[in-house]
Amino acid sequence: MGNAADQVKGWVDQEYRWGFVTTVEADTIPKGLNEDVIRAISARKGEPEFLLERRLKAYRHWLIMIEPKWSTVCYSPIDFQGISYYSAPKSLKDRPGKLDEVDPEVLRTYERLGIPLLEQKRLAGVAVDAVFDSVSVATTYQKELANMGILFCSFSEAVRKYPHLVEKYLGTVVPYNDNFFASLNSAVFTDGSFCYVPPGVRCPVELSTYFRINAENTGQFERTLIIADAGSYVSYLEGCTAPRRDTNQLHAAVVELIALEDAEIRYATVQNWYPGDREGRGGIYNFVTKRGLCAGNRSRISWTQVETGSAITWKYPSVILKGDHSVGQFHGVALTTNFQQADTGTKMTHIGKNTRSTIVNKGIAGGRGQNTYRGLVKVLAGAENSRNFTQCDSLLLGDRCGAHTFPYIEVKNRTAQVEHEASTSKIGEDQLFYCQQRGLSREDAVSMIVNGFCREVIRNLPMEFAVEAQKLLEISLEGSVG
Amino acid sequence: MSGNPMLSIENLHAAIDGKPILRGVNLSVRAGEVHAIMGPNGSGKSTLANVVAGRERYEVRAGSVRYEGRDLLSMPPEERAKEGIFLAFQHPVEIPGVTNLSFLKAALNAVRKHRGLQELDVVEFRGMVLERIRLVEMDEELLLRAVNDGFSGGEKKRNEILQLAVLEPKLAILDETDSGLDIDALKVVAKGVNRLRSPERGIIVVTHYQRLLNYIVPDFVHVLSEGQIVRSGGRELALELEERGYGWVHAPDTANGGEARP
Ligand SMILES: Nc1ncnc2c1ncn2[C@@H]1O[C@H](COP(=O)(O)OP(=O)(O)OP(=O)(O)O)[C@@H](O)[C@H]1O
Ligand SMILES: [Mg+2]
Repeated sequence: MGNAADQVKGWVDQEYRWGFVTTVEADTIPKGLNEDVIRAISARKGEPEFLLERRLKAYRHWLIMIEPKWSTVCYSPIDFQGISYYSAPKSLKDRPGKLDEVDPEVLRTYERLGIPLLEQKRLAGVAVDAVFDSVSVATTYQKELANMGILFCSFSEAVRKYPHLVEKYLGTVVPYNDNFFASLNSAVFTDGSFCYVPPGVRCPVELSTYFRINAENTGQFERTLIIADAGSYVSYLEGCTAPRRDTNQLHAAVVELIALEDAEIRYATVQNWYPGDREGRGGIYNFVTKRGLCAGNRSRISWTQVETGSAITWKYPSVILKGDHSVGQFHGVALTTNFQQADTGTKMTHIGKNTRSTIVNKGIAGGRGQNTYRGLVKVLAGAENSRNFTQCDSLLLGDRCGAHTFPYIEVKNRTAQVEHEASTSKIGEDQLFYCQQRGLSREDAVSMIVNGFCREVIRNLPMEFAVEAQKLLEISLEGSVG
Repeated sequence: MSGNPMLSIENLHAAIDGKPILRGVNLSVRAGEVHAIMGPNGSGKSTLANVVAGRERYEVRAGSVRYEGRDLLSMPPEERAKEGIFLAFQHPVEIPGVTNLSFLKAALNAVRKHRGLQELDVVEFRGMVLERIRLVEMDEELLLRAVNDGFSGGEKKRNEILQLAVLEPKLAILDETDSGLDIDALKVVAKGVNRLRSPERGIIVVTHYQRLLNYIVPDFVHVLSEGQIVRSGGRELALELEERGYGWVHAPDTANGGEARP
C-alpha cells in the first residue's frame, strides 16, 4: 500500500466535528470518590433509601475489586480520585418542568448536534431523551407516549415517579458486583434513560437517548433500563459525543434490557465519543456493560452497534437467553483509526430450550488502530436444540493497524449447534484503483468499500440512523488508509 | 480525421516493481479512430492500458502521454476517468457489499458532476440503466448484486460494457474484454463499443483474437512485443497475424518508426 499511503498523507486532517465546548454554569461535586460523594449524588437526586443502600453496597464491593486486565486494550491507570462524579448545568439542578427553563446554551448545544429538543422542531418519528453530563435535559414526545402507557423518561425521573418498577428491575440483569466498571457505575451513576412498554403495546416511534459529555474532568456514568412487558415491542437508539480535550475522560455506562414473554427489544448504538487526536492524545475511555435478558419464552433482543469513536472501547453487549425459543442477536461494526483501541464483541448465554443467537461483527482497523473482537457463546446443559451462528470479519486499511479475533465457545449440551466463520482481508489496491478508474476519489472509494463491508450490520439500523452511521463512518475514515 | 490527436503517447517507458515492461511505446489516437492492440502474452498490453488509466503501481520512467492537449501523467486516476478515459479491466474487481447499481450511480454522478451536469435523480437513473442493460443483454438481477461478486467470467465482462454504456467516455480502452466470451457475448461487446463509435470518441481494443475485429472493425492494428510497438497496419494486419503468428513481427519495424500513420 506504499503509494496509497503517500497519497493519503496529503489529506487535510479531519477535525472531530462535535468537539466544541458549551459554557454553562454548572453544579459540580468536587473531584474524588468516597461514601460522602455517593450520598451527595443520591441527595441531589432526591432518591429513596433503597437506592442509596444499593449504591453504597456496590461501592463497598468495588473497593475490593481489581481493575480487569484481560483485554487487549492498554492505557495508563485511571485516577479515580481525580474525577468529578457529578456535574449538571445549574439551571437543571431541579429538572425544569418546561423546556423554556433549560439553559438556552444547552438547547443550542443539542441543535448543533442535530438534535432539536423544542416541540416545534423535534425530530419526526423519534422520541429523544437528552443527557448532558450527569443529568437528563429534556425528553421529547413524552405525553404522546404516556397516552399509550409507555413510560419514557430520564432515569432520575423514573426513580421519583416509578420507584417500584426501578426497584423491581434495576440490577436484575447486571448485578452490582458484575464487574469492576459495572460496580463503579452502580455506585455513582447519575442519569440515563428509562423505558417501560406495557403488555401488548408496540411503541410507534424510535426511542432514543443522546449522551453528551461537556464538563471537563468528569466521568459520565449513565444507567439505562428498558423493560418490554409481555408481547410488546420497542426500538431504541443511543448516540453520543464529547468535546475534544487532551485528557482522557471516563464513560462507564450500564444498560439493562428486559424482554418478557413474546416481547422484542431492538437496541442500536451509534457511538461517536471523541476518539483523541491523531497522536493519540485525549479521547473517551468507553468502558460499558450492556446486557439484555430474554426473560420470557419467545422473547427477542437485538443489539446493533456502530462504534467509531472513543480512544478505548471496551464493551460486550450480551444476551441471556433464558426463555425457551428466545432469540438474541448482535450486529456490530467497530472502526479504529489513528491510535484508537477497541476490544468489543458480545456474549450469548443459552439457558432456555430452542434458543437462537446470531453474531455478526465487522472490525475495521486503519492508522495504528487496534481492533479486537472478543465473543463468548455459552450453551448451558438445559439448552436443548440451541443454535448459534457467528461471523467475524476484519478489514485492514493499512500496514500499521491490527485486527484480532477471540471467539470463545463453551457448550454443555450435545444437541446444540454452534457455527463460527471468520475472515481477515486488506482493502485492496486493485479495488481502490477500480473505483478511481470509474471517477471516484480515493476517499469515496474507501468509504464505499468499507460501507459495503459493513452492509449487513448497517442495514439492521433504523433507516434514518443507517444514513447517519454511514456518514459517520465516512468522516471517521478520512485519512485512515495507509 | 485531422487536428491534434486525442491521445498521444511518446517514447513511453514504464516499469513494475523495478522490472521494465514498456520500452519506448509510441502511439497516437485521434478522435473517431478505433485502434486494436495485439501481441503475445506478457508483452505489456495491460501495462500500457493501466499506465494510461493512471494505475500507481506502474512507474513511468521516461516519455510522455498527452490527452486532449494536457499532460495525462500528472493527473490522478479519478481525474482521468472524469475527463473521459475509461478502462474495461481484463480482470474486473469484486467489491463485496456494494451493489452494482449504487456503484454505477456513484460513478455516473462523479463524472456528470465533473462535466457540470446535474446528478440524475433515482427515476432518471433507473430508466437509463434499464435501457443500457438491455443493450448489453445483461440480467437485471445483477444490478442488485454486489459489484462483480460471484459473477461468472462472462458476466463480469458484460458488466464492464454496461459501465461503458452508462458512462459514455471519450476514450475507451478495452483490455481483452472478449477473452472467455461465447460468440453471443462477443457480439454484445461489439454492439456496446460500436454504439459509442463517433467522430468525437477514440477507442483502443486490446485483443488476442482477430474474430472480435470482424465486429469492431479497427482503423489501425498494432502489434506490441516486449514493450514496443513493432508493427502497425490496417485491419488486414490482424488477419495476417492470425495466419502467421507473432514470430515474424518481432523486430521493431523501423520503416515507419513503429507507428502506422498513413
Ligand atoms: N508485480 C510484477 N512484478 C514483476 N513483473 C510483473 C509484475 N506484474 C506484471 N509483471 C510482468 O509484466 C509483463 C507485462 O504484463 P502485462 O499484463 O502488461 O502483459 P499483457 O501483454 O497484458 O499479457 P496478456 O496477454 O497475458 O494479458 C509480464 O511479463 C508480467 O509478468
Ligand atoms: Mg493483459
